[in-house]
Amino acid sequence: MKKIEAIIQPFKLEEVKEALKAIGIDGMTVTEVRGHGRQKGHKEVYRGQEYMVDLLPKVKLELVVPSSRLEEVIKTLTAAARTGKIGDGKLFLYDVAEAVRIRNDDRGEAAL
Amino acid sequence: MLKKTCLFLAAASALLAQDAEKLAALESAVQAAQSSGDNAWMLTSSALVLMMTGPGLALFYSGLVRKKNVLGTMMQSFILMAVVTVLWALVGYSIAFGEATPYFGDLRFALMNGVGGEPNGDYAGTIPHQTFMVFQLMFAIITPALISGAFAERMKFSAMLLFCSLWLLIVYAPMAHMVWGKGGLFNAFSGGKLPCFDFAGGTVVHITSGVSALVCALYLGKRVGYPTETMKPHSLVLSFIGACLLWVGWFGFNAGSALGSGSLATSAFVATHFGAAAATVGWLVAECLRGGKPSVLGGITGAVAGLVAITPASGFVKPMPALVIGFAAGIVCYLMVAVVKHKFGYDDSLDAFGVHGAGGTLGALLTGVFATNAVNNALKDSAGNPAPLGLVDGNGGQILNQAIGSALAWGLAIVGTLVILKICDAVVGLRVAPEHEIQGLDLSQHGEEGYSLES
Repeated sequence: MKKIEAIIQPFKLEEVKEALKAIGIDGMTVTEVRGHGRQKGHKEVYRGQEYMVDLLPKVKLELVVPSSRLEEVIKTLTAAARTGKIGDGKLFLYDVAEAVRIRNDDRGEAAL
Repeated sequence: MLKKTCLFLAAASALLAQDAEKLAALESAVQAAQSSGDNAWMLTSSALVLMMTGPGLALFYSGLVRKKNVLGTMMQSFILMAVVTVLWALVGYSIAFGEATPYFGDLRFALMNGVGGEPNGDYAGTIPHQTFMVFQLMFAIITPALISGAFAERMKFSAMLLFCSLWLLIVYAPMAHMVWGKGGLFNAFSGGKLPCFDFAGGTVVHITSGVSALVCALYLGKRVGYPTETMKPHSLVLSFIGACLLWVGWFGFNAGSALGSGSLATSAFVATHFGAAAATVGWLVAECLRGGKPSVLGGITGAVAGLVAITPASGFVKPMPALVIGFAAGIVCYLMVAVVKHKFGYDDSLDAFGVHGAGGTLGALLTGVFATNAVNNALKDSAGNPAPLGLVDGNGGQILNQAIGSALAWGLAIVGTLVILKICDAVVGLRVAPEHEIQGLDLSQHGEEGYSLES
């Protein structure tokens, strides 16, 4: 099993969710986060006082998928989240040791 | 023949008596109608001015602070709606509008003694004395509330309450007496020695509060983390709603200061609106000329600056000068807030001085330029003709009188505020502990949060 942590533009969330649903990936956890990579922030001015805002609002998706489906999910996710401009975000992949469904103690891929 | 003449005369005098009776009845009916009309407008105005404090000013200010201080900032306005009312009823009104000296009044109206349904001819002959009293109360509420913009996010609730209570009695009430009270030093319409025109509170409300705000900001020092930490407004949406309520409420403030519903009220209403509009444009133009974007915060702050500056002039100037005063206020207040403040580095957190102190002083001086008896002919010369008012009437010396009145308001505000701050510092301590400041006033002072994520 692999865990995908995807940082994406907030306005792409709906598209990504729909695309994943279309290939049968239902489970995910979504968090509103702030951060930046190479994308620079912007300047805000309040009554002449300037503030640099470099942490920008993003959405973080976490989902765990069977290793066999990993490439397919990555392809779907990147295609749906891409605008081609700086600030589109990143994916980070992790190995997952185990998964447990709390309701009935299912283990491994059966728990996904 | 003689008999006939006598009969005729008797009949004629009876008819005349009847006519006189009718005439008197008609006259009193007209008076009652005028009185009702005036009273309706003055009660409406009183309510409008209260709306300026809550929710107007409370929203305007609380949107500008960080979200951990939103309730604390709202409370600083709201609590004054209660506490100032009590103080006003007990002694405040009497100190301001009693008679005794040119500087403060006596206690004749203390505990609302003699303040009833009968008009008080010294102030407003067509409305109940109580209406006049409650209208003035609304001014007394908003004035100390304006100061809270300078000590926002760092003053103890107890210290703020004590400060504002003392300030009302020591600074506000005497200043109101000098400008508006019977026999007041600056009251041109009641034998004042130094006639300083202030229609609705340029000196009484805005200079006193704005200058006191600067003193508070300097005395209390900067907020923890100012100016390196980000302290941007947490919700300009709240501030926007607040500013719009202030604009509307200001019609009660200025047009209500006509103390009646006649054409002078209309004239003040128009001048007020024109001033706000021109200042909005002025601020945004200044912002864009300095290379910035036309900001919403700039627009609404400009509107408030214009309303401040037109306040002393509103019942004395024609519509075109109102546009000039407003536009000037938009530019001057922008420079005070965006340039001067940063140069000197004081933390007037919500710009109470930059907007009210600077705008109020500018408005007071420009009143001396543009005041004209074509708008307000209440002041008569010895021959009973309307006296020339400002420079436009050929009375250039009035600008000096306005400057003297403003200087005295500055002086009273500086000295009074310093003394009161010393007292409050000694009695309860002014600032919250640094850890409480970091935690925020909402939790540390009130035990609540404005925005709860758990519910």
